[in-house]
Amino acid sequence: MGSLRLSRVPAVDTALKLSAVAAAMFAFVFVVMVPLYNVLCDALGINGKTVNQAYTSVPALIDESREITVQFVAVNNDGMPWGFAPDTRVMRVHPGAANGVVFKALNPTDNSMVAQAIPSVSPSRAAAYFHKTECFCFEEQVLAGQSAADMPLQFIVDQDLPRDIHTITLSYTLFDVTDTATDRLASR
Amino acid sequence: MADHHGPAQGISRWLFTTNHKDIGTMYLWFSFAMFLLGGFFAMVIRAELFQPGMQLVEPGFFNQMTTLHGLVMVFGAIMPSFVGLANWLIPMMIGAPDMALPRMNNWSFWILPPAFLMLASTLFMEGGAPAFGWTFYAPLSTTYAAPSVTFFIFAIHILGVSSIMGSINIIATVMNMRAPGMTYMKMPMFVWTWLITAFLLVAVMPVLAGAVTMMLMDIHFGTSFFSAAGGGDPVLFQHIFWFFGHPEVYIIILPAFGVVSQIIPAFSRKPLFGYASMVYATASIAFLSFIVWAHHMYTVGMPIAGELFFMYATMLIAVPTGVKVFNWISTMWRGALSFETPMLFCIGFLILFTLGGFTGLMLSIAPADFQYHDTYFVVAHFHYVMVAGAVFSMTAAVYYWLPKWCGRMYNEAMGKTHFWVSFIGFNITFFPQHFVGLAGMPRRIPDYALQFADFNMMSSIGAFIYGASQLLFLYNVVATIVAGKPVSEEKVWDGAEGLEWTVATPAPYHTFEEPPLVPKPAGTI
Repeated sequence: MGSLRLSRVPAVDTALKLSAVAAAMFAFVFVVMVPLYNVLCDALGINGKTVNQAYTSVPALIDESREITVQFVAVNNDGMPWGFAPDTRVMRVHPGAANGVVFKALNPTDNSMVAQAIPSVSPSRAAAYFHKTECFCFEEQVLAGQSAADMPLQFIVDQDLPRDIHTITLSYTLFDVTDTATDRLASR
Repeated sequence: MADHHGPAQGISRWLFTTNHKDIGTMYLWFSFAMFLLGGFFAMVIRAELFQPGMQLVEPGFFNQMTTLHGLVMVFGAIMPSFVGLANWLIPMMIGAPDMALPRMNNWSFWILPPAFLMLASTLFMEGGAPAFGWTFYAPLSTTYAAPSVTFFIFAIHILGVSSIMGSINIIATVMNMRAPGMTYMKMPMFVWTWLITAFLLVAVMPVLAGAVTMMLMDIHFGTSFFSAAGGGDPVLFQHIFWFFGHPEVYIIILPAFGVVSQIIPAFSRKPLFGYASMVYATASIAFLSFIVWAHHMYTVGMPIAGELFFMYATMLIAVPTGVKVFNWISTMWRGALSFETPMLFCIGFLILFTLGGFTGLMLSIAPADFQYHDTYFVVAHFHYVMVAGAVFSMTAAVYYWLPKWCGRMYNEAMGKTHFWVSFIGFNITFFPQHFVGLAGMPRRIPDYALQFADFNMMSSIGAFIYGASQLLFLYNVVATIVAGKPVSEEKVWDGAEGLEWTVATPAPYHTFEEPPLVPKPAGTI
């Protein structure tokens, strides 16, 4: 195998090189596959993932000629006790225009809880054209026991949205992350 | 110091042996024990599915059975059995005195039994054994898993290390220990298929280790590789798993191709047709196996371009596989055929594996797969390639080389009975599963709708027949070793070719301490 010799014994040389390949493949999973998957999903909007940062709006014309239906879905993950719903379920918007919707959250338990909303856009091709200028999903949401809160979302649908897309569904799943958030605080 | 040494006596012979034949024997017996254990789990599954409704076991326990059946059969029975075969045969086929790294060889075997003991012990733990299927998709295997999942992860780590060491040893042996004149293109097909398999193992077993390490970190160390709440993605698990998992299915089947490529020429009394094309086809299959993984996950919501890429790439695999099937048939064409037990199992392999290949082609069609996905059609498909492919060829290998190993001939009538009972039992078990699958019966469920009752009962009866036939196999092998008719010809089969048939029968403890003369290219008589 090449001119590089790791051992004078040929079989040991082969074995050491192959061990290096195995170690490299193990590292490959962590340093290549995982980041590459996330980069590809973000770039191509695969899985309906949206960018997890506020979008800086650029001055653009509002396309009055098109009207897009935007639907909002709010789901609780397994075991999450909160009340969670948008104030409007369906909106008709023009590409380029700024829009807002408010999601209502209610913590019916007696304890303070931390929640994280995870977005998903369908059809997934639309994810790259759905810009959020403000979203409660960018951060964990803390809610004291027996209290409610309004969680705002501001968004713009891009003018370059493919013309065959007429409806976009934005779904939020609300996860209970109280335990991990508490652990993180404790370890600080 | 004694001038020559045979095997040590007693248990230490087996614990400390560095002899490739001893280690091969241990691998083969271990894998057969695992085959019976995994088979027992399958019998529990089929007994529960004998009738609709819940009869024998709890649904949770049923899930543990399907999970352990898959894990034990793939990692405990099929893979170690072919490693055992490689240990026994590769040094003898290439004219080497032993494996290149004999001490590592001892290690790679002896860490296996503790790994499977640990895996099996999860059955008796609180919360029960892993119940998330052999594919252990997150979050079933992370958020929702029983505490025993940590033992499962550790077991996977150990058997991964064992496989990697075993395959490094095989590559080092083939690359460095060939007798003078044994060029790569003269090597027997079994050695070629194992060389390529070993490279696949070195490349993908670490990926599996990476996947279970991520699970371990998600469960115990607060990371979120596969947890959406923390910014991870459960679909990522499926990509990583199948990036390992698809090459894994070729890891299982390529050595089986090698075995068949040795046995069919012997009983056709003709050289293997298209030796070079067999080598290239094997290498092509190995390469393609890395770029088709997502055909296991058409329904996760991939972009259409992804679906199309994985569909066409998958269909492409049918080309080199077809080359192999046609080469085996061409080898038999106008040969002086005889139908001893190894040949029967190889012909059974040829027919049934091809059927499994065709259903694989059906499953590769992305739009059609949306209907077949996770149904019994998939179960039928992969049992046609795993059982009738890998297990049948392994059985053929045992019958073919057993006389060389122990110097005694097995009972031919019993061998043929074993074949016919297996062949009929196998088809009664798995053929009806195509029908219930197409009609919509999902896999991994302990109960089913009434319209599937007849086919399931048929399946269960077939499974009991197939299971019982393996006990006949065990009896035949033990009876051969203990009291079979002695054979002493070096060439036990008149049509057999290769260096392993030039040594004495039974094969002496040490062979080829002096490198042999390599007579003729492989593929010529």
